[in-house]
Amino acid sequence: MYAVNFLLLSAALFSIGVFGVIARRNAVMVLMSIELILNSVNLNLIAFALINNDIDGHIFALFVIAIAAAEVGVGLAMVLMIYRNRRSIALDELSEMHG
Amino acid sequence: MLLAAEETAAAAGWFLENAWLIPVIPFVAFFIILLLGKRMPRGGSEVGIASMVAALVIAAGAAFQWIDRVDSAHGEEVAPVIKQWTWWQSGGTKFGVGEHIDGLAVMALLLVAFISTLVQIYSTEYVKGDRRYTHFFASITLFSAGMLIMVLAPNMVQLILGWEIMGLTSFLLIGHWWEERANSEAALKAFWTVRVGDVGLLVGTAMLLGIFGTLDIQGINEMAAAGEFASHKVLMWAAVALFIACIGKSGQFPLHTWLPDAMAGPTPVSSLLHSSTMVVAGVFLVARIYPVFHVGLEINAAGQTFNLIAVIGGITVIVAAALAFVQDDIKKVLAYSTVSQLGYMMMGLGVGAWTASVFHIFTHAFFKCCLFLVAGSISYTASHHSFDMKKDMGGIWKKMPISFGAWMVSTAALCGIPFFSGFFSKDEIIDSAKYADYTIFYIVGIVGAFMTTAYMTRATYLTFFGTPRGGAAHFMGVDHHDDHAQDAHGQDAHGHDDHADDHDDHGHDAHDAPEPGKPFPFAPFDSPWKITAPLLILGTLAVGSGYLNAPALGIHWFEHQTESSIGLPIAHEDEGGSEAEIHDEEAVAVQAFAAPRAGEGAEAEGGHAEVDPIYTVPEPPKFKWSSAAPGLLLVLAGFLVSLLLSLAVFGKKKNALSPFVGLTRRSKPVGAIHTFLVNKLYLDYLYEKVIFRAFAHPISKAAYWFNQSVIDGVVDGTGRSAKRTGDWVYRNIDQRVVDGAVNASGMVASESGHALQPVQSGKVNQYGALLFSAAAVGAIVLILLNV
Repeated sequence: MYAVNFLLLSAALFSIGVFGVIARRNAVMVLMSIELILNSVNLNLIAFALINNDIDGHIFALFVIAIAAAEVGVGLAMVLMIYRNRRSIALDELSEMHG
Repeated sequence: MLLAAEETAAAAGWFLENAWLIPVIPFVAFFIILLLGKRMPRGGSEVGIASMVAALVIAAGAAFQWIDRVDSAHGEEVAPVIKQWTWWQSGGTKFGVGEHIDGLAVMALLLVAFISTLVQIYSTEYVKGDRRYTHFFASITLFSAGMLIMVLAPNMVQLILGWEIMGLTSFLLIGHWWEERANSEAALKAFWTVRVGDVGLLVGTAMLLGIFGTLDIQGINEMAAAGEFASHKVLMWAAVALFIACIGKSGQFPLHTWLPDAMAGPTPVSSLLHSSTMVVAGVFLVARIYPVFHVGLEINAAGQTFNLIAVIGGITVIVAAALAFVQDDIKKVLAYSTVSQLGYMMMGLGVGAWTASVFHIFTHAFFKCCLFLVAGSISYTASHHSFDMKKDMGGIWKKMPISFGAWMVSTAALCGIPFFSGFFSKDEIIDSAKYADYTIFYIVGIVGAFMTTAYMTRATYLTFFGTPRGGAAHFMGVDHHDDHAQDAHGQDAHGHDDHADDHDDHGHDAHDAPEPGKPFPFAPFDSPWKITAPLLILGTLAVGSGYLNAPALGIHWFEHQTESSIGLPIAHEDEGGSEAEIHDEEAVAVQAFAAPRAGEGAEAEGGHAEVDPIYTVPEPPKFKWSSAAPGLLLVLAGFLVSLLLSLAVFGKKKNALSPFVGLTRRSKPVGAIHTFLVNKLYLDYLYEKVIFRAFAHPISKAAYWFNQSVIDGVVDGTGRSAKRTGDWVYRNIDQRVVDGAVNASGMVASESGHALQPVQSGKVNQYGALLFSAAAVGAIVLILLNV
């Protein structure tokens, strides 16, 4: 078992996630991309936990999943509210907070 | 915490041990009267009287136990009963309160409690219906408490406390009828004049603390008597400072001017103030710490012909007696008489006649209190609240037998007529002055006795004999032709206008509708019993108190009871001379022998010689009728001269002295003396006009100039330079440096904000891109650093 396999997969997922966050206009898609990023991190954690035969990584991954769930819950609720108010969830239209 | 030795107190008996209760009871009563008095059926007077009776009972118990203590000592030294509790402490110095009971204290306690009781009983009648009846009793009770606190004092701090309580309450009582401006001014005058002296008390006490390191009276007395002090000069100045306080308090020349004005208060107050409290406080202070004065002023030193105390006392005797001649107000005559008698006491202390002076305090209290109360009785019953002898008195002896009798007995005592109390005390002072080689003061004494008799004869004649005038005529029911009714109303407006009702109580109804020419008498007989009972008691004591110490009859009981309070050994005549010499030789021999060994020099050895009684007071002289004779002859002469003059001047009867009538108008020098006396030696003029104008005025002017030119100049200059500095700082430092820095930082923040503004696009994607690129940069840096 080589760590590089896990790391490559994780790096690929991370890159896809980053691309999604930067490039997508749909807020739901951005949230999903964030999930990808978090899961790539989880993959890393579990990979190293397996290699090092240590339980800490697993537990940390569980925490990350729980927090990701919460984050998505809050994020989707916000998206829902934005949609109700503006009939759109295009992120590039939401620039009222520009400096 | 108990500072004093327990064993002496334990053996002393309950009353001596708990004598501290004597001032505490009236002190507590004061607050009770003040808080609850108005709601009581008798306006609080019952509390006052009850507290004074309680104090009197304890004082009497203490007196009996003290006598017992002295008698059981069988001629040995009688230790005083001292108890002290720490009141407060400052640094290492503890200030105590407590009691110091010895013969002197017991005598004064008994005297004050007794006289206060009688005066309060008298007052219930005299100030009946007064609008400040309750406050009167509260003040007078506190007044007695103040004197009792002072008398008991085991240290100078408590003494000052009592002294000042009296100062305050005398102000309250003298100004009792403050609605009239003169009364409140008299109260202020009394207060301030005494305060002038009080500066001396504070300075002197501080000096005593510096000299002896203690404020305990016993310690001070012992160390002063033993010569345990570094510098005699400092002790002398301490004694002078303390004596200034006594001058103020005891109305000695030249600060006596407040005393006659203090007559503005109600008569019971004058009576109390002038007999056993307040004015006696100064004399008491000198007697209390007598060794300080005796050693400090070298009283009885060989060859001394005068000293400060004797001189002031002597001047006071003569000056006050002279002033008493020109007074029309009966209370003022008595006031000057008090001043004069206080002069006797001081003079006695100044010539070393401690016992005689203290005994004179004792006897004087009774007869002077009695005289004042008689004056009050007359004004209450006979003269429509007037004290003017020339306008409102005369001829009233027939209708006031008790007042008249008490007056005559007390006057006889005051004049020093043999076998009345004043004779035994005053004559002994005069005799002691002669015996101790203070010849000047012997002459002053007998001249003073002459003058005393003369002015008292004049006052007696004017008050009780001759034709009734004014209010007295009204009282006697004889014809009178002056506008007294107006006077009476004017006097009633004195602040006790409620009195108009009281007259009706004793049958006075002619007041409202006087029959022209011959009005009805408004009082049928002498004053009510509450007034006459104290007169009877005091009159009896004016005779009887003298027999406690009558050298003429070989009685030395009082002397025996109090001699331990002097604080100095008594030099006995028969062995005095040779013994002292032997002691001196021994001391010299010891010094000569010990000096080389000790190597400390003569001063340290000087402190050693105090085992011998260096300072002693002379033994009271043996009484001889022959030595009393000149004084007595002068008293008789004074009586005759004054009687004849009074008859000639006031009675318009021809006699041997009739040519002298009108002498003040005919002869310029005599007239000048008269004017001089009428104007009270111009002392008030001196204080008010000369000192205030000539000293205070230029001083205040100079102070004003100094204030305007120097202080204001300095202040203005400082202000101006401060303003200039401020301006410069504002322009250069504040505006340029501080503001510059602040503005610059603001500018930088603003500019960088503008520069970074485009970054805040509000677009989430851009933020994400920035975030990740920053994270990527961070990761690259991390990798590079770790490689």
